[in-house]
This record gives sequence, structure tokens and C-alpha cells, in this order.
Amino acid sequence: MTPVLEARDLHRHFGGVRAVNGVSFQVGEGEILGVIGPNGSGKSTLFNCLLGQLVPSAGTVLLDGQDVTGMAPAVLNRRGVSRTFQLLQVFPQLSARENLILAGQEHVGSRLARLFGRPDAGLTAAANRMLELFQLTHIADLAAGGLSYGQQKLLDAAMAFMAGPRLVLLDEPAGGVNLTLLGSFRERLRAMNTEAGATFVVIEHNMDFVMSLCTRVICIAEGKVIADGAPEAVRNNADVIEAYLGH
Amino acid sequence: MSRDHANLAGALGLVAAAAVLGLLTSPYIVYLLSLWAVYTVAATGLNLTLGYAGQISLAQASFVGVGAYTTAILLPHGWPFGATLALGALLCFALGVLLGFPALRVQGHYLAFVTLALATIAFLVFRNEAWITGGIYGIDHIRRPAGFTSGRGYLFLCLIVLALVSFGAWWLLRSPWGRAFIALRENPVRAASLGVVVRDYTLLAFAIGAALGGVAGALFAPLVQYIEPTPFALTLSFSLLLMVVVGGSGSFLGPYLGALVAVLLPEWLRFLKDYYLVTYGTAVILLLIFFPDGLVGLAERVLARGRTVK
Amino acid sequence: MVGLLAQVLVSGLAIGAIYALIATGFSLLWQGSQTVNFAQGDFVVVPAFVMLGVRGLGLPLWVGVLAALVVSALVLGLLFKRVLVDPMLKHGSLQLAIATMALSIVIQNGLLDVAGGEAFPFPGINGGIDWGQIFLDWQSLIVLAVAVAAVTALNLFLGRTRTGRAIQASAQNPQVAVLLGIDVARMILITFLINAALVTLAALLISPIYLVKFNNGIGIGLSAFSAAIVGGFNQVRGAVVGGLVLGVTETFAATFGPDQWRDAVPMLLLILFVLFRPEGILGRREERRV
Repeated sequence: MTPVLEARDLHRHFGGVRAVNGVSFQVGEGEILGVIGPNGSGKSTLFNCLLGQLVPSAGTVLLDGQDVTGMAPAVLNRRGVSRTFQLLQVFPQLSARENLILAGQEHVGSRLARLFGRPDAGLTAAANRMLELFQLTHIADLAAGGLSYGQQKLLDAAMAFMAGPRLVLLDEPAGGVNLTLLGSFRERLRAMNTEAGATFVVIEHNMDFVMSLCTRVICIAEGKVIADGAPEAVRNNADVIEAYLGH
Repeated sequence: MSRDHANLAGALGLVAAAAVLGLLTSPYIVYLLSLWAVYTVAATGLNLTLGYAGQISLAQASFVGVGAYTTAILLPHGWPFGATLALGALLCFALGVLLGFPALRVQGHYLAFVTLALATIAFLVFRNEAWITGGIYGIDHIRRPAGFTSGRGYLFLCLIVLALVSFGAWWLLRSPWGRAFIALRENPVRAASLGVVVRDYTLLAFAIGAALGGVAGALFAPLVQYIEPTPFALTLSFSLLLMVVVGGSGSFLGPYLGALVAVLLPEWLRFLKDYYLVTYGTAVILLLIFFPDGLVGLAERVLARGRTVK
Repeated sequence: MVGLLAQVLVSGLAIGAIYALIATGFSLLWQGSQTVNFAQGDFVVVPAFVMLGVRGLGLPLWVGVLAALVVSALVLGLLFKRVLVDPMLKHGSLQLAIATMALSIVIQNGLLDVAGGEAFPFPGINGGIDWGQIFLDWQSLIVLAVAVAAVTALNLFLGRTRTGRAIQASAQNPQVAVLLGIDVARMILITFLINAALVTLAALLISPIYLVKFNNGIGIGLSAFSAAIVGGFNQVRGAVVGGLVLGVTETFAATFGPDQWRDAVPMLLLILFVLFRPEGILGRREERRV
């Protein structure tokens, strides 16, 4: 079966710095792949290459077997790739519900049809469902900028699912989320994975979160994949321990 | 009534109030009300570009100029007013797309300077290409369309157009396009990750804003019946920008109030004789300092306070 | 032909050196306190009128210059910063830029109301050096000498003195400057005062050439903005190079091209540079802020 996402020998150099130095991996349908690695190992650069934010210096990114290397983020998004950001990225002046509608609208009909069609692009019901799922219904009409950090984080994640994505890349979803919220957040993500049939790639520092959420984990160090396998196996891998301790 | 609908009702209410006032008052007030309608159309266009989509433009005056010259040049050739207005708007739409390209490369102050430079060049074209614009002597005897030749009649025409523009802008801004414009202003990177094609919406924001400038120009030419380059110089761009900001950048009713202040305040300050423009400018600066969200923001704050007191 | 070329080159350099003064002040304000001053051109016209006014009282020119310097320092330096820049900067630098557009309207109309709409002559220097084929006028040569001396002095001040370096540190990284014990607020005030002095000097030099008129600030401002951008918005030295490049290009275009398109030259340069080399001739590429 064709993997949903495949990276083939990706390189990205900044001057003399080889931030990503020959990374290859595959993600299969429905997998939740965790990407771990010490700070500065090249995880974020890898993500940016996969998402079209950066053009790789060399190598190929395949989505469902098709070459999408260097495609612009908006184009990738409409091919079913969505993402969350490490730092909060909601639209502060729009209400939570409007944020969700925005996240879905560019996938509905043609642009011209959207101009003359319904103001919500027919997405209010879907947005409400998403609000309910992420337990945000009570703040649906508040401006996103005024929400608490945890609420914005949930909203940010919920936005990634509005367009029914095939592949979601989550950049440190657990960062800054308090412990009480973390458990239910993980359950939300797992539910989205099974119900929506979306494949995930997750960068995360919180090891417990990675171990309990992911079905497979790869570890990156100095721009290369040094381990790839079941979460427990990667955690106990000698090279991985060495990479973390070495830093 | 939702906020959306309140905006439309407010705009149409102001238009209706202007129509009633126009029936009751002197020709001079009728002229001022017409001017208000023209400025409001132009400022609504700029509000779309700057207030909603977050792209600064100092070239709005040039589009008003293009619209005005298109109408002034074609009317004597027997074109109906509706057609010259539409053509002017279309021409400005196309020029607006071109104006948008720099915004794909630079933002903020740099964009302000590029649009300012383009506006200066447009002014030179109006002034120097006398074979088509009449140069510094301009074009006179611009006739008004049949049925709207009196001052009052023409005011009604302006108000009809403003009402249509109000509805169109309102529809556009509450549509997914309006949401995409706001996304562009607040966070273009995030917007792109959600499938918003930043390039297209940036160009559209400039083009639609410019087209409304063209509509305003088409109304302006027969209103004053004589045009030359001076009114379309940089000063008008600055004034339109100030109208947007004074009214409340990014709020639907901002341009209506900003244009009202721009037209009326200098009149109320007439008793200051020569010094009214200085006083007006100073008042605008004070307003900017103390009420950065403009008059609409101020009104909202007052209303919110009233509500909490109750 | 050689004579004409030399003459055009010298007067182009002279006008360019004045642009350099104005653009330097403009860049200093931008670096020092994120102030993009759309009224910078009008700032040059104000001291020119003060000088004319004092002269109208029958006093010698140097008294007028002193008076203009004092008025500039107080109004265009101190008052401008305290009353307009400080409160507006809280709302963002673009909001501040828009407020300076309103200020431009205020200054122009104020001058129109007080002095009227005519162009007033300003005393200059007649004569020149005549080498047969080549004639160079004193006016241009002196302007060039004074402006170059002023810019050199400013650069030495910024680069070699304690206060100058403190000003640069405050502009580049205010947080670190504070940690180093630099009185950042005072340094910013000094940049406003330097700008006031620069526009006053520019007024003295440019007025004999362009005469004094209430709305001269528009054209002067456009040329100064272009000079700042062509040279490199984020570099004081860039403004000097930009000013000279602009002055020479403009003068050559005006001499050999159609006069009515003269004003288009700085605008075209500005557009080309912003789009294709936004860091200017000398500037370093700044990371684009989203």
C-alpha cells in the first residue's frame, strides 16, 4: 500500500549548517507517527520542508505517492494536509466559531460560488460539531484573542480538522497545555484519528504524551533519523538515549 | 439583530437620513451631502483594502482620478453615465490588481511608499498627458445624466449608488471572502496553512478597493462638473486614509463616519475663517491619539459602558 | 558639452547632498524610534519660513538661522516627539505614520494661512568659477561643501563619540542598551533634536534653489523618502549615498529629459528599489516581518 506521506532523502542546508541531512521515512494510513529528538536536531526544519514552508535543498516529499516537494502551503492544504503551530496561531479578532469556519471554507465549492453563497459557506453545523467535540461550545462567540491559552490551543487543533484532512502535522500540541487538560486533549486527538480516519505526524517534547498517543515513533538527531519503530522500542534504543544525554 | 445586520441597517439608515436632509436643506448642504456620499464610497473601498485586508494604500486618490477622468472623457462621446461608471470601475479593478503585486513582496511602510510613489506618477499622468486629460486646464462642462441634473437630483443618484455600494460591500465582507481578508490581515502564514491563497486575496483586496475608488470618481466628475489634476493629488489619498482611520479602520461604518467628519467638521469650523483646515488636522491628530479605534470604536466603548451600568 | 555635464553633475551633487541631510534625519528617526515621518519634507519648510520671517524684521540672516534652529529644536524636535510620537507609538508605528500625514496637512495649511500661497525668494550666493568651458556656481559648491561637512561630522559623532555610540546602541537594541546603563529615552530625544538641526540646515541650503513655498514639503519629502530607501532605510550612511544618487539622477533627467516628468524620477527609483533591492544600495537585508 502506498504510504500517505513519504520523505525520501530530504536535505535542507542553511549556509554551512545541515539542519536536515538525509531524512527518509514513511507514514501509513491511520498511523500516528511521533517525531522526537533533542533541541536543534532538525525537527522543525523537517516539518517546514514537509509543509511547503521551506523548499528542501534536496530530496522528495510524496503525498499518496505523488511528488509534492516545495508546493505552497495553501496548495498542500487543499490536497488534504493541515497543521497546527508550535506557537499559538488563531485569528484573534474572529470568534472561535468564525475561526473554525475560516479553517474549512476554502475547501467548499469554487471561490466565486463562495462569494455569492451562504456567508458561513454552509459550515456552521460542522463548526458547532467541532466546538462540541473539543468542548469549546460555551466560548463559540467570543473573540479568539480573549480566550485562555488552553482554549486557544484546543481551537488551534480543532481548526486543523475542519477540512476533513487526510494528513495532520501537529507541532508540539502538548506544549503549554496544563496536565488536567492534557488527558482529554489526547483523547480528542485519538478520536479524530479513528473517526475522521486522518493520519498524524506529531512533533512533541512531552515523552509521556508521545508514548501514550503515537503508534510509531522516529527519533531525529543532527538532521538524521537514528531510530524508527514502536514507541517503547525507540524510547529504550541506546542511540536515542545517547542522543538525548549527549545534549 | 446580529452585528452584521446592524451594520447594514446603520449604513442604509445614514443614506436615508441624508436623502431626507437633502429634501429639506439648502443647495450648499445638498452639495456637501453629495460629497459625503462620494467620499464614503471611496473610503469604503480603502477600508476594504486597509481596514479588512490590512494592506496600506496611498493610491486611492489615483483611482478616484481614473474613475473621474473616464466618466468626464466618455460622457461627451455619448456614453451613458452607467456605462462610464462601470468602465471606470473595471479599469480601476484592473489597475488595482497591478497595484497589489508590490504587496506580495513588501508590507507596512515599504508598501506605503510604493503606493505613494505610484500615486505621484498617476498624478503626473493626469497633469502631463493633456491630449486625453486636458492637462492642467482639465475638462469642464461635464454634464449630469438626464433626470439627475439638479443638485438635489444628483444627490439622490449619489445616494442610490452609495446604497448599492453599501449593500455590495456588506455582502462581500460577511461572505467567506471577508473572512479571508481578515485572515490575511491578522496572520497570512496561518491563513495559507488553511488553504487561503494569500496572493489571490491580496490582489482582490486591492482590486475591489480600487474599483470602489473608481465608482467614487465617476460620481465626483458630474458632481463638480469640472475636473483637473489637483483634487486627485496625494492630499486626497491622505484624506481618504484619515477618514478610514478616524471612522474606525476595519469597522463597516467607519468610512461613513470618517467621511462625515471630513465633510462636516471643516464646515462647522468655518467661523475660524482661514484656520479651519489646521484645526481640522489637529482635531484628527487628537482623535488618533486618544481614540485609536476611531469613532466606531469610541461609540462601541460608550455603548458597552452603558450596558454594564444597566 | 563637458562644461554642461560638469555643471549638471555639481548641481546634482549639491541638491543630492541636501536630500542626504533630510534623508539622514528621516532614517535616524526610523531607526531610533520606529517613526516614519511623512511630514519630513514639511519639516524643512518650517525653518525656512522662520528665517524669512526674522529677515523680514530687518535682522541679519544669521539671527534668522539661530531663531530657526531654536524653533526647530523646540517644535519639530521636542514637541513633535512628546505630543505626537510618544502617544501614537503606543498604537503602532503604522498608526504613527498616518498621524504624521495629518501633521503634514496641518503644517502645509498652517503655512498657507500665515504666509500665503506665493513662492518667496531666499537670499543665495551669486557668481561662480569660470574656467572658460566650465562654469561652476558658488552656490552649488558651497552647498555641497557644507552638506558634506555636516554629514561627515554627524557620522563621526555617531561612530566616534560616547553619546553617538549610545544612540546607535539604543536604536539597534533598546533592551540591551538599557542593561548597559544607557539612558535610552534621552538618546531618542537627541535623535529628534539632530533631525531638527538637519532639517534647519537643509532649509538654509535648499531655499535659495527651490524658493520658499507652503507646499514645497511634498516634493522635498518625496525625494528624501526615495533617497532614504535607495540608500538603505536602516543605515544612516545609506541615506547619504541615496541622496547623492538621487540628486544627480534627478538633475540629469531634468536637464536632458522632459521637465514635466522630473518628479517621476525619484518615484521610479523608489519603486524599483523597494521591489528589487529593499535593503538599498548599502543596507543589509532585514528579515521581513510577517
